[in-house]
Amino acid sequence: MTFGSTRAQAVAFVAMVALIVVAPGLLYPVFLMKVLCFGLFAGAFNLLIGFVGLLSLGHAAYFGMGSYVAAYVAKYWGFSAELAILAGGLVGGLLGLAFGWLAIRRQGIYFAMITLALSQMVYFFCLQAPFTGGEDGIQQVPRAPLFGLLSLQDDMTLYWVVAAIFLAGFLLLHRIVHSPFGQVLKAIRENEPRAISLGYRVDDYKLLAFVLSAFLAGIAGGTKSQVFGIATLTDVHWSMSGEVVLMTLLGGIGTIFGPIVGALVFGALETYLAQFGDWVTVTQGAIFILCVIAFRRGIVGEAGGWLRLAL
Amino acid sequence: MVTIFGKPLLLLYGQLTLGLINGAFYALLSLGLAVIFGLLNVINFAHGALFMLGAFVTWGLLNYLGIGYWAALVIAPIVVGLFGVVLEKLLIQRLHGLDHLYGLLLTFGCALVIEGLMRNQFGSSGVPYAIPHALQGPLNLGFMVLPLYRAWVVVAAATMCLLTWLLIEKTKLGALLRAATENGPLVQAFGVNVPRMVTLTYGAGVGLAAFAGVLAAPMNSVNPNMGADLIVVVFATVVIGGMGSILGSIITGFGLGIIEGLTKVYYPEGSATVVFVVMVIVLLVRPAGLFGRAA
Repeated sequence: MTFGSTRAQAVAFVAMVALIVVAPGLLYPVFLMKVLCFGLFAGAFNLLIGFVGLLSLGHAAYFGMGSYVAAYVAKYWGFSAELAILAGGLVGGLLGLAFGWLAIRRQGIYFAMITLALSQMVYFFCLQAPFTGGEDGIQQVPRAPLFGLLSLQDDMTLYWVVAAIFLAGFLLLHRIVHSPFGQVLKAIRENEPRAISLGYRVDDYKLLAFVLSAFLAGIAGGTKSQVFGIATLTDVHWSMSGEVVLMTLLGGIGTIFGPIVGALVFGALETYLAQFGDWVTVTQGAIFILCVIAFRRGIVGEAGGWLRLAL
Repeated sequence: MVTIFGKPLLLLYGQLTLGLINGAFYALLSLGLAVIFGLLNVINFAHGALFMLGAFVTWGLLNYLGIGYWAALVIAPIVVGLFGVVLEKLLIQRLHGLDHLYGLLLTFGCALVIEGLMRNQFGSSGVPYAIPHALQGPLNLGFMVLPLYRAWVVVAAATMCLLTWLLIEKTKLGALLRAATENGPLVQAFGVNVPRMVTLTYGAGVGLAAFAGVLAAPMNSVNPNMGADLIVVVFATVVIGGMGSILGSIITGFGLGIIEGLTKVYYPEGSATVVFVVMVIVLLVRPAGLFGRAA
């Protein structure tokens, strides 16, 4: 295990930034923005499963609420883009504070089931609450200008903003993981009783990690609703929680670059398979089974193992 | 008209029976989950999908082979149980010794595959299954009239729960099962084939889910999503009850069904979320669950 940023990671980071800059010349920008949103979402999720060992099966709640809140304040309160997305992140974080506080009372399997049940509660709330528009969702959300000045109507302008948000989130996650705080998180993952016996208040660390993760998930959701101009029940449904698990598992749990790679592959699969209806679900399930049985380190984990590098 | 807290008594009775029926399904499913978790340390996310398969096998038996409801009550759990055995042998067994989160993810994948395939085949709206002739019509209890089939579901589910409890708590096989749950290697050292027991236990737990599926088939339409919506509530049931106690799972299941039924009468908007609210309260008051042992 290497601590801090390695040279391989620095090289990979430069390569990733270069790809982000070049990609819109090759691929449809809206697709890329979706991948970046999902990449940030999966990165936020990975902070919990990869670095604290907590499997949250309810991350759609924070992502979806972020999406709804950002859409609502942009459409009805006239917030500018950055404030709308930030509002989405803050609500996601607050929800994470409440749910995390409840869920960390139990460990392992129970933790996963509690987060799933709580997120289902949010789903039913969104189905019934007046502000979410029920089955219709919040439609025709305007792309609010950045800082109230820069119009984001053009896809390419928005793309650079989304890329900046993704990179900021990515660097924040990297910083968290490699901070002393992050080291304690890994200690909890490896051996919780020992971390307790060393005098760490494990629950406080878990809760803070949970809130940070939920905050970034909310940011990702808010960004997504700004990109697509719509916030719907899909964003809060448990299948979204499943998808973020899949992206992270596919890319590589506990790796820095895994979530974005997983999001890219997942996004491509979803777009390619969209015409085949429910075969998307079948394929997702098959990938889950394949990853768990034969491929537990994911794409980046396997590549890193092969190259003997921590990515 | 007789009322209780401003609600007509008949409405209350009606929702209470519906609540009992839901409770019966929660109890049967969480029971299976608890038995499987006890021995395999796997939370079977595919439980809802296998419940749905039970209903579809029932439908298929009638429509392809002309085999009716009563036979299906026995055949469908066996068929789905065998499918579970294959699943365990082929996939779940490979996860032995790994973090049990992988078991959750694997069975989640299985659920997605099964549900996706069934949706491709049958669409999302599902297919109808008629109530068997002998169970049609109303049953007059004196103070209320309820459809005979609903009464049957509650009685059949409660009987099945009781039988499972007796099997586990009062028989030699059950004693072995409980021993293997406590300490598998030791039981194996006494000459018991524990891996086979694990496989069969998974099959039996799955069979219980399929049995619930047969009971559910004539209730609404048989559709590919019927298990996915249920399984999350069953998870909440398991969190509330704790998986340490068989009787605890049964009581929690029925109790939550009744609470849900009452909520439908007094605060309909809350009926979808009341189980989760109960879960939150239990987590605050007794974090280990009502019947759970502290970790």
